Amino acid sequence: MKVTMKVNGRQVSGEVEGRTLLSSFLREGQELTGTHIGCDTSQCGACTVHVNGKQIKSCSVFAVELEGAEVTTIEGMAAPDGTLNAIQAAFQEYHGLQCGFCTPGMVMAAAALLKDTPKPTESQIREHLQGNICRCTGYHNIVKAIMAASGQPVAAVAAE
Amino acid sequence: MPKDGIGASTKRREDKRFLTGVGRYTDDINLRGQAYAYFLRSDVAHGRLTNVDISAAAEMEGVVKVFTAADFSAAGGLPCGWCVTDRHGNPMQEPKHPILAEGKVRHVGDPIAVVIADSPELARDAAEAIVVEIEELPAVINMKDAVKDGATKVHDDLTSNLCYDWGFVEDNREAVDKAIKEAAHVTTLELVNNRLIANPMEPRVAVGHYDRASDDYTLYTTSQNPHVIRLLMGAFVLGIPEHKLRVVAPDVGGGFGSKIFHYAEEAFVTYASKVVNRPVKWTSSRSEAFVSDAHGRDHVTKIELALDENHKFTAIRTDTYANMGAYLSTFAPSVPTWLHGVLMAGNYTTPLIYVNVKAVFTNTVPVDAYRGAGRPEATYQLERVIDKAARELGVDPAELRRKNFIQPDQFPYATPVAVEYDTGNYDATLDKALEMSDYAGFDARLAESKARGKLRGIGIAHYIEACGIAPSNLVGQLGARAGLYESATVRVNATGSISVMTGSHSHGQGHETTFAQVVADMIGIDASQIDIVHGDTSKTPMGMGTYGSRSLAVGGSAMVKATNKIIDKAKKIAAHLMEASDSDIELKDGQFTVAGTDKSVAWGDVTLAAYVPHNYPLESMEPGLEETAFYDPSNFTYPSGAYICEVEVDPETGEVEVLAFTAADDFGNVVNPMIVEGQVHGGLAQGIGQALLENCVYDENGQLVSGSYMDYAMPRAADVPMFAVDHSCVTPCTHNPLGVKGCGEAGAIGSPPAVVNAVIDALHRSGHKVGHIDMPVSPARVWAAMNGQG
Repeated sequence: MKVTMKVNGRQVSGEVEGRTLLSSFLREGQELTGTHIGCDTSQCGACTVHVNGKQIKSCSVFAVELEGAEVTTIEGMAAPDGTLNAIQAAFQEYHGLQCGFCTPGMVMAAAALLKDTPKPTESQIREHLQGNICRCTGYHNIVKAIMAASGQPVAAVAAE
Repeated sequence: MPKDGIGASTKRREDKRFLTGVGRYTDDINLRGQAYAYFLRSDVAHGRLTNVDISAAAEMEGVVKVFTAADFSAAGGLPCGWCVTDRHGNPMQEPKHPILAEGKVRHVGDPIAVVIADSPELARDAAEAIVVEIEELPAVINMKDAVKDGATKVHDDLTSNLCYDWGFVEDNREAVDKAIKEAAHVTTLELVNNRLIANPMEPRVAVGHYDRASDDYTLYTTSQNPHVIRLLMGAFVLGIPEHKLRVVAPDVGGGFGSKIFHYAEEAFVTYASKVVNRPVKWTSSRSEAFVSDAHGRDHVTKIELALDENHKFTAIRTDTYANMGAYLSTFAPSVPTWLHGVLMAGNYTTPLIYVNVKAVFTNTVPVDAYRGAGRPEATYQLERVIDKAARELGVDPAELRRKNFIQPDQFPYATPVAVEYDTGNYDATLDKALEMSDYAGFDARLAESKARGKLRGIGIAHYIEACGIAPSNLVGQLGARAGLYESATVRVNATGSISVMTGSHSHGQGHETTFAQVVADMIGIDASQIDIVHGDTSKTPMGMGTYGSRSLAVGGSAMVKATNKIIDKAKKIAAHLMEASDSDIELKDGQFTVAGTDKSVAWGDVTLAAYVPHNYPLESMEPGLEETAFYDPSNFTYPSGAYICEVEVDPETGEVEVLAFTAADDFGNVVNPMIVEGQVHGGLAQGIGQALLENCVYDENGQLVSGSYMDYAMPRAADVPMFAVDHSCVTPCTHNPLGVKGCGEAGAIGSPPAVVNAVIDALHRSGHKVGHIDMPVSPARVWAAMNGQG
């Protein structure tokens, strides 16, 4: 069956099966491989995207359910000329990523957090990231990056 | 020094592609006309395959071919890269590890058949139509039961389930027994080093591509060491010579050891691509990763520490059972032996040590190196037993350690377990950690917790590890079937920019940034002029890859050697251009000068002359500027450090919260402090995960109970605190050119005993005289121990 949606501001359509997940639609159908698949139980959060402005794990929704939806992926976060947005820039500045595999999901989750909670506390950040697993960073620098992206002093959370 | 030279926290050049979703991981690679492989795996732990009927599956829509073990009769088994000799001088028992199960299945997840189809969904659908009949056999799960007489054998053609019985140092055995018998005090501890699953966030992927026109094979794979895979798979499994086989590991999404090994799926897709004449892709699901990625740790140990009346350690005796799983993974036999036994001296002057390790086959997934590999197991038992001894003797655990530390003036220090520590200063790291953690002020914090009805504890661990395993001729004598050098080619281009081809391979460590910093520093040009090329056997010289915290210490050293060759040659060219003597040429900030004059030529002028050799000493020197070096270290490196953990225990539930964690490490010299600290943070989270959360559990039938993220508790953001880390205590490595030691595994090595020591401390301070709680120190276990049910 055919589904049409807006992905990163661009109208796209594709033939999908009923069982095709949004994550597969994006990766295989649209060749947007920035959305990563880290598990098969909707636990890891690597595939996090925004649908109609809300954070969602793209492995937990069928593509066919999203007729007419507006989807934003990691590829839609930087400026058209490639300039990193404030969250992406803070992740680089504070070394909030290592292997980079969970990173797209982390950035999308952070963006959703800051939209609703512009000045989160450390515990609000950690609580919001409970659905996103990172195996590399120990979360330390991710928390710092999100604090920085929200315009708050990083020294307030850093133990060093 | 250029602004991005050695010592600068240069921001990572890798980040932009990862942050914008344009990294290129193996699963992002799709080749024209590719087919998809789905592995049908055993759902029983042990049994005879009596029937595998693929006829219905082979006829289904979109199915290209269905493979069983019969299709691999000409292929070799997956090779083991290390042969351990047992305490009687005999080689270990080494069973065949087939690509697909032959006759028997030996663990849940053992592959039985593979469907190749036009889509992943069609392949999976067809696999359901394969009829598999298995005559179930008793599952061998418990290691001590597995080595009893009459136990069911995992491999019918072996004499027992004992892979090897290793004693080290065997000649010390009697002296150790005597010292323990005559000791003023002996502390004994039995413990489990819990089985873990590495769980890099990127599951494994392999894409095989055979090109009929050129008769070449290409394998794209999630590997930490593509050259090693090429050698093992080409020479031992499929019989493909290196010049016909290219292995590419593009961006790799974490590894932590689990992507070192050569796996069946890699050999399968490479071979099958030729058979079906299409590229073949396999992508692991996470569920599949739990039953097919090599697991880690899984030791059961009894350790005895003997002390004299002055509390000096006089002897250590350990007795360990180490799980190998159903087959020998690539480096499995080396982990409980040469990466574990040789570390049992720790930071201490204990004169007599005997380590016994029985490696055992069971009906579980193969076990191999996971971040730290053997060293966490050594550190955990040693640092736990020292803590228990301090408690039994009524002395401060920090002071008991200090009393037994090897002193700075004793280096180089030969331990009784065959290694020679080159350098270190353990009091310095301990002092630093005590200061950073405000150890002296603990009582006030304890009172504050108590006022809130919580139990508070503080735990110390000091660790030493051995990184950059080498030299090759020594490890060869110890049973390694590989060399452990590293390589680099430095290619200077005509206009002065540089490509460095390294045999090391980043899977998150940021080599593209740090390696460029080193070369930039040496030549004095901007790091942006230097590119690091890795992960492709067709581009890089033969190298051994990245594991064991070896990249900078071994790979970086090879790069320094090659760069020095470049500088030597460039100076000769500069001397010619300036009509001076070679020995008078100096290189600084990218300028060659003649000492004592104002003559100079720029780096770019010299490199251009090398490739446009119009004014060039062609009679004595070849044109061009490209050099390769191989570096084989003369010794391990020995990072060390002191870790202090502070916890609060909820007496109602037994829940443990890590309130603060301090790490003071001596990594020798540091190239990029930001990246080093990030490595420590990640290691700490994994170590805290092992101590409090993670556990790989099999039931008595060999079913993996913890087979998903619903059941296997990965550390999440709220499970760990902000960390206090420091690397200002520096004793540079004495035998590599950068004076670096390696930092990748330290966090995971030093943290588990610090956490458990802190929990035990909290319980003791509140009157619960608990001797030990095994990891993971879960609320249920803590509560049971507090309530006399441990």
